[in-house]
Amino acid sequence: MSEQLPAIILLAPLFGALLTGLAGNRDHRRCFPILISALAVSFGCAIALLVQVSQSGPIDYFVGGWNTERVPLGVGIQLRIDALNALLLVVITTVALLTAVYSFRRAGEENTEKTPQFYMLFQMLCVGLLGITVTADAFNLFVLVEVSSLTSYALVAMGSKSRGTVAAFNYLIMGTVGASFYLLGVGYLYMQTGTLNMAAIHEILADPAFGKSSTVFVAFILILVGVWIKMAFFPLYGWLPNAYSYCPSTTSCLLAPLMTKVSVYVMIRVMLSIFGADWVFQSLGWSHTVVWLAVIAILAGSVLALAQVELKKMLCYLIVAEVGYMVGGAWLANHWGMVGAIYHILADAFMTLCLFIAANIFIKHCRADRIDQLEGLFKRMPLTSTGFVVGALAMIGVPPTAGFFSKWYLLRGGIESGQWGYVIALLVSSLVNAVLFFRIIEIAYFGKNPAESHDHAHDEDSHQGQAGEATLLGGEGRPATVIPLLITAAIVILLGVFNAPVVEIIQQALEGMPVVGAAAAAR
Amino acid sequence: MDSVVHSSLPLWACLASLLAAPAIVLFRRELFLREATTFVAAFVKFGLVLAMLPIITSGKVIEFTLVEGFGGVVAPILFRVDGLGMLFALVASSLWIVTSLYAIGYMRGLHEHSQTRFFAFFAISLSATLGVAFAGNLLTLYLFYEMLSLATWPLVTHHQDKEARTGGRTYLTYLLGTSIGFALPALIFTWIKSGGDLSFAGDAILASADLGPAQGLILLLAFCFGFSKAGMMPFHSWLPGAMVAPTPVSALLHAVAVVKVGVFCVIRVFTAVFGVDLLAKLGVATVISWIAAFTVIVSSLIAMSQDNLKRRLAFSTIGQLSYIVLGVSLLSAHAVQGSMMHIAMHAFGKITLFFCAGAIFVATGKKYVSQLSGLGKTMPFTMGAFAIGAMSVTGVPPTGGLLSKFYLVWGAADAQQFALLAVYLVSSVLNGVYFFPVVYRAFFKPAPEGEAAVEGIREAPLACVLPLSITAVGSVLLFFFPGLLLELTKLMTGAQ
Repeated sequence: MSEQLPAIILLAPLFGALLTGLAGNRDHRRCFPILISALAVSFGCAIALLVQVSQSGPIDYFVGGWNTERVPLGVGIQLRIDALNALLLVVITTVALLTAVYSFRRAGEENTEKTPQFYMLFQMLCVGLLGITVTADAFNLFVLVEVSSLTSYALVAMGSKSRGTVAAFNYLIMGTVGASFYLLGVGYLYMQTGTLNMAAIHEILADPAFGKSSTVFVAFILILVGVWIKMAFFPLYGWLPNAYSYCPSTTSCLLAPLMTKVSVYVMIRVMLSIFGADWVFQSLGWSHTVVWLAVIAILAGSVLALAQVELKKMLCYLIVAEVGYMVGGAWLANHWGMVGAIYHILADAFMTLCLFIAANIFIKHCRADRIDQLEGLFKRMPLTSTGFVVGALAMIGVPPTAGFFSKWYLLRGGIESGQWGYVIALLVSSLVNAVLFFRIIEIAYFGKNPAESHDHAHDEDSHQGQAGEATLLGGEGRPATVIPLLITAAIVILLGVFNAPVVEIIQQALEGMPVVGAAAAAR
Repeated sequence: MDSVVHSSLPLWACLASLLAAPAIVLFRRELFLREATTFVAAFVKFGLVLAMLPIITSGKVIEFTLVEGFGGVVAPILFRVDGLGMLFALVASSLWIVTSLYAIGYMRGLHEHSQTRFFAFFAISLSATLGVAFAGNLLTLYLFYEMLSLATWPLVTHHQDKEARTGGRTYLTYLLGTSIGFALPALIFTWIKSGGDLSFAGDAILASADLGPAQGLILLLAFCFGFSKAGMMPFHSWLPGAMVAPTPVSALLHAVAVVKVGVFCVIRVFTAVFGVDLLAKLGVATVISWIAAFTVIVSSLIAMSQDNLKRRLAFSTIGQLSYIVLGVSLLSAHAVQGSMMHIAMHAFGKITLFFCAGAIFVATGKKYVSQLSGLGKTMPFTMGAFAIGAMSVTGVPPTGGLLSKFYLVWGAADAQQFALLAVYLVSSVLNGVYFFPVVYRAFFKPAPEGEAAVEGIREAPLACVLPLSITAVGSVLLFFFPGLLLELTKLMTGAQ
């Protein structure tokens, strides 16, 4: 059983989707339990895999028993789980599970007659994302990227707003362009190496003869640009803000934390496992250029976020900045930069989830999607506000949240590699985030028009008696929305406090791809 | 080297007030229980700190690791109580008891709103303060430093009006801006330079690091400006801005906890991060000395021109904080000792002054120095305490302020910095110039014509007057019984 875990983690949501279609159409109430149990199975598998991998090293799984004894590597479909993607599997399944809980009754309200379809797409999206993470085959990766993209286009378009449809169309065009670029790149690689298996390609490319090969060079650039479109790396971010802010709230909670992060993972995987860091950082030597692009992405994302009046739009532009963090970190070409980038994938997934759930609750219960409509929120929804504040502090980078420690590693990488532009961009972006979030916290705390002076001394405790009872928790959303938020907030803090074991696992993963060390040593 | 005792006492001392915060919220309608919770927490906290005192005075240190660090990955989160941390914790936790009493009198006297929130965040702030005092490495220090900035924001903006919003913005902009912009990169740079060591134990962190004078200067400036709670110019404006807070907040947080956390961090940077030897070798501390000296003089001059009593006290605080920074930057053992003592002496003196300002406001609604004529007759206890507080901050016997100033001047003489010695003397005169007119006006000027002559004594509520009398007496007692302070500070300077 336990050796089948890599397959089960994918099959659970796949069959879940099937079952939802079969059973859920008659009675919409059956959808939710199916969804939860499918994701719970995946979540259990992910945890088990993480434990297994961190104890006994990477797991190779050959789908259908096409193992290397009978046929050469690359003919069968291979799944490979190392410490890096085991961590990501846990993140994806946790986020999906929390979002699923959040969607309880919510999804039904937002797409009344399409609930089963919605949940089918939800689970297919999980299959796609999990598949991207576990696959060891460059072409299968494309297929799974398409699975996740196609489902996400539909999920975005499901919103009742017509703007959502337009955004989905825009997203579809850009997403398809990105995927095509990726496929084209894989084609060039296949032309040169004759295999699609990541490890096999890596082995062939290790030959110094390929160091200056223009075919490999073109392949890399195409793949990189394709992935950059998928992750909304500045200036290729145009599709993201509308797609994520005009879609149904459950969709935004699922897509915003996961899609861009998984794409960053793909980039790191391509860099380290297919091409190898030696090739990427030394033969190509674009490290400085890409870090500067990341600097621009961070600054542009922050400034654009500052210009927004809608809460969700603002969060979307923050994602653009955060993607800059991760791309920059990965391209710093040293160990700690890469550790920081990977850690930030995990941290940012939960931070983003936290903020999106909170924002969606605000929007639902206050009918306020603009920042200046959030007055007096802290009094009305203390728990939701707490969740939001935790997310905000993590984005600013206040210890001991996860956001602080990802900055810690990224800054360390930046200082060690002497990329001062990147260091400054990170700090500036932290400060901009502080401004952004305290602007909101201020409005939520003070109200829009604070009283002119404090001479309005009134003893609130005396008349708090009756009013207090109703307001302390009465204004909160449903438990099904608030509980996932609080769990996420707790994860954001715990992931920060106990970051050392997580980083140990990341370092273990990077030992398997020794290249970062080699490149750093060569500097 | 000093031996280490492992004990969870520092953690509990730190948690005592943090755990009180939910209880305070829970009892939000049982006013008696709510206030009682604050007191119980304050006494428990003080008791726990006292329980650690014998261990510290016997020359040992207490350590407790909260979260293990993995070598080379990230520093652990750990507590380490030494003489300096003990001194600061004693001051903060003992004054919290007094301030709680005062806060109840003040907040009820003025019928302030949202008192539950006020007391809850007050308790959280105290936890953060003790966290800083007991921090065993730079990471832990930074963690609690940030926690304190954020936990005090709702207190500073308590009135929730326009003025509070502006004050709160300035407050956070300066404190968060500098800590993220300067202190955080400095922290990481230190981590890299020291090869993954941020601990305050043993030799200074950078003692054996390869550091040029230019790098050293930039790092030192980044730390000193990064911990801008120390209020060195040009990053001082948050302090007068924070005076919009209710007076108990100004008293405890902005004369004791928050600002002292700032100078505490600076002292740690000098003694435990760089180490006196390295700084002497690099010769960069003089830059800080002169910035601090500039701050001392200029803030005293500004204080003279402030008519708002609390603002005058705020600028006085800025000057006194720079005394401490200046002292430690002189790098001589006596000056460092004086700096550490001044944390306690100034805390007692300044908290008395703030309490008085608040008591005057509660009793008469007066905020400006020019309105205080004749007040000595109606509020003799308050104004008497004010006089004692002013004497202590100025350094007039028989108050504690004299002792720490004596050590600071002694240290300046040791360091052969006679120009800086003159700064201390001149600024002491200036302190007198901006404080004693207030006392003179209260006791010797007749009340203005327009006001109805009030017969007899009309003091603020007892809950306000009692605390300020206690701290005033404390200031005097510190002059006669400074033994414990001297002992604790000697532990620190002896260890260097």
